[in-house]
Amino acid sequence: MTVLRYREAVRAAMIEEMERDERVYLVGEEVGHYQGAYKVTEGMLDKFGSRRVIDAPITESGFTGISIGAAMVGLRPIVEYMTWNFSAVAFDQILNNAAKLRQMSGGQLTIPLVLRAPNGSARQVGSQHSHSMEHFYAHIPGLKVLAPAMPADAKGLLKSAIRDDNPVLFMESETLYGVKGEVPDDPDFIVPLGVASIVREGTDVSIIAWSRMVHVALEAAAELEKEGISAEIVDLRSLRPLDEETVVRSVTKTHRAVVAHEGWPYGGVGAEVADRIQRLAFDELDAPVLRATTLDVPMPYNARLEQYVIPQAARIIENVHRVLYKS
Amino acid sequence: MSTATYSTDRPPNVSGASLEPQAAVARHPLDTCADDVIKVLRDDGSLDPAHDPKLAPSEVIALYRAMVRVRQLDERLVALQRQGRIGFHIGSLGEEAAVLGSVSATRPQDWVFPCYREFGAALWRGLPLQRYIDNMFGNANDTVKGRQMPDHYTYREGHFGSVSSPIGTQITQAVGFAWAAKLRRDELATLVYFGDGATSSSDFHSALNFAGVFKVPVVFFCRNNGWAISVPTERQTSSNTFACKGVAYGVPAVRVDGNDLFAVVKVARDAIARAARGEGATLIEAMTYRLSGHSTSDDPKAYRPDAWLDPWRRLDPIERLRRHLERTQGWTEAQDREIEVAVDAEVKACIAVSEKVAPPSLDSMFEDVYAEPPWHLVEQREQLKAGPRPKGHGGR
Ligand SMILES: Cc1ncc(C[n+]2csc(CCOP(=O)(O)OP(=O)(O)O)c2C)c(N)n1
Ligand SMILES: [Mg+2]
Repeated sequence: MTVLRYREAVRAAMIEEMERDERVYLVGEEVGHYQGAYKVTEGMLDKFGSRRVIDAPITESGFTGISIGAAMVGLRPIVEYMTWNFSAVAFDQILNNAAKLRQMSGGQLTIPLVLRAPNGSARQVGSQHSHSMEHFYAHIPGLKVLAPAMPADAKGLLKSAIRDDNPVLFMESETLYGVKGEVPDDPDFIVPLGVASIVREGTDVSIIAWSRMVHVALEAAAELEKEGISAEIVDLRSLRPLDEETVVRSVTKTHRAVVAHEGWPYGGVGAEVADRIQRLAFDELDAPVLRATTLDVPMPYNARLEQYVIPQAARIIENVHRVLYKS
Repeated sequence: MSTATYSTDRPPNVSGASLEPQAAVARHPLDTCADDVIKVLRDDGSLDPAHDPKLAPSEVIALYRAMVRVRQLDERLVALQRQGRIGFHIGSLGEEAAVLGSVSATRPQDWVFPCYREFGAALWRGLPLQRYIDNMFGNANDTVKGRQMPDHYTYREGHFGSVSSPIGTQITQAVGFAWAAKLRRDELATLVYFGDGATSSSDFHSALNFAGVFKVPVVFFCRNNGWAISVPTERQTSSNTFACKGVAYGVPAVRVDGNDLFAVVKVARDAIARAARGEGATLIEAMTYRLSGHSTSDDPKAYRPDAWLDPWRRLDPIERLRRHLERTQGWTEAQDREIEVAVDAEVKACIAVSEKVAPPSLDSMFEDVYAEPPWHLVEQREQLKAGPRPKGHGGR
């Protein structure tokens, strides 16, 4: 075990997999000479050279499509977007090609592709830079979507993603890059896709979260504990495939659930989780499932407004109070 | 336009190069002296009559003032960011002649579609300095109501479109705007700014193609400042110019010394005149240099030794223009000092005001999402005031 920051864990996963499999390469804006817009890829150009760490011209649709082509021929590209926001420019390649080529070709084509970038809000980056893109992509059959909260999971899941024969979208967070945690050194350590983890045990309510919101949920749980409320936190880690078993097991124990995520509530992954809970654990529920999410408006830049729009621990706590009929 | 124009019926490599890709130009200041690059302002401050736009002395002084003001603002805003008083700034250090020269060629009816370094153009088109500084603070008086990052304003009154973060998106929009205006027989042109890096975006290519096919009255203004964050032009393209990309789309293109105010004014006026004559689009490649980091979030030392800037500092657009003023109008240091003091006072006063303005109201977040506020946003707004009360859940 070594204590690593989240960004170092992501880097370690890429380096180990690039050493393990020479078909793996990395492409994106500023990943090479600049060492990554968020320094995730620091040192990788020196280590692997410009054949495998490639600074791309500014065309997300271009280098996504190019990587899909490279994946078809047998390479295993890792595409980094400066942020997931800019993947919107490549949406057609992701939706209509990466996700569907296997299906459309009658199984003749395989796209072993990893797309990764920071996701969600950062501090004050305004309306166009603050999207939680997992909700868009998790909607699409053919894609897998991961959003780890902890450095160890980031490493283990990214390694699984790189070894996976499907397009896997990997959601990081600018606000998580500095988070430290124990990370296994064993190059064979991986975390399987589609398995949630219980990051805190509790008995009164299940808080289901992923990515940055797991940390916010932990904050909320510590507050709730002071009031004598015991919250269990389920870190989904993987949004598609979704570990409904772990979610249902937790809710069966606590009988109440709050889903906490960044991103708009309308049609989001939180709604999907709520649906699973009401379908699979209806008889266990003592209250409707609630969601603590970003408000249903584009993100403001102004710091005060932004703080209202992004879900904070207080919003989780309020919703927990409500499912416990304490407000 | 001039003999050096990249018309569509001649090969792109007018500087005598072969069709083989070379290092893209404007990496070195000498490249701005290539035969096909329009220049007017000579080193000694005199003007080459061949392309002289014949600006009145007062016009030259007005543009000089505007350039100096923009530079002083840049310095002040970077300092404010370093002090943590604003979150971000993206400036135009070294690119002042390119921005001011081009926008000064626009007519009142024309529209500007900005990239993100053209606050000088917004101010030129009448954006009050106070409003610009309000945007830096994202306060209640900000024209975009605190919703976008600093330097991402919109100023409809001055025909200045929205600054959009995703690279290249404004280029197609500028074409659409100009094309629709043409259909409606509104006599106007659009001037759209973008960087060398943006020429890799799909929007750039779609925009040029459409503008070529439909003879759209648009001026594509590429600020080739040598860099896209840390990526130099030769890793952005293997074309030997950016202008030559116009040829493929049937859009005449011209390269201009972007640090030469007179040359920029000349080519921009010519391009707008072409548009006005119904002859369609022009692509201008203004060869300049980004003397600052990409933005306040960037430290260029990591990828660009400071010494590389020296030759470009010698081509500083403000210094060059000043030499002309000295030569032709007996410009003095006292006059510079006068401008400096005036701008400093004006900027300080605006900052003092903007910093005290309250943030936009919470209610304002729910405005402008749709043309009329829908019931669910009204409900959200009321809930936010009353404390969250998710509808449809008991307990009360
Ligand atoms: C679609 C998209 N991808 C990436 C970015 C990140 N980004 C912001 S500015 C920039 C470089 C742009 O360079 P250039 O077009 O030359 O303009 P300059 O900054 O030099 O004026 C990049 C890559 C973005 N804003 N949008
Ligand atoms: Mg540039």
